[in-house]
Amino acid sequence: MNNRLKVLRAERNWSQQDLADRLGVSRQSVNAIEKGRYDPSLPLAFTIADVFGLPIEAIFLRNGNSE
Amino acid sequence: MPSYKSPAMQRYLRRLAVFMVIYVALIFAVGTVFRAAPPTGILAWGVAVLPALPILGVFWTIARLLAEETDEYMRQLLVRQSLFATAFCLSIMTVWEFLQNYEVVPLGNGGFGAAFFWFVGLGFGGVWNALTNRSEAEE
Repeated sequence: MNNRLKVLRAERNWSQQDLADRLGVSRQSVNAIEKGRYDPSLPLAFTIADVFGLPIEAIFLRNGNSE
Repeated sequence: MPSYKSPAMQRYLRRLAVFMVIYVALIFAVGTVFRAAPPTGILAWGVAVLPALPILGVFWTIARLLAEETDEYMRQLLVRQSLFATAFCLSIMTVWEFLQNYEVVPLGNGGFGAAFFWFVGLGFGGVWNALTNRSEAEE
């Protein structure tokens, strides 16, 4: 699953640690999700969406879909 | 276990330290008792099993860590680490058992039982997790 975490983070000038603190997870978790090595659970995906103030589908994309 | 220190990980480390202190104290105390005045009968069973109890406590601390860790990615790494330890331990013990069955190696384990190899496997799994996090950070 692709995601726009890195772009959204950059738009807000947040480091991985900043986002991790907002989500209540480790920086390693943010890094793994950002790199596409770990797909978050639905509750964590909703929390990420809440933090960015966007719907989930604006953050997470199907494989092969980068937009 | 990973270097990440969540509240659950901090509790795990505290519990682990307590059980390790108890284990070291008991292993020396029970050894002294069996050398000085070996107990017999049911008392021997009770005293001999004492050093095993803190090891069981360590297994409990690991179970609590997996239950209490709220960071799902780190929990996944911990589960992978535990599964690696289990596979490592079972592999070693299975090969060892066949070597003993055919009398290629002597009976007995010289004090290195299943728990020892499980913890060695847990250490290797921890190294694997650390390398995973490091390689992701460097990308």
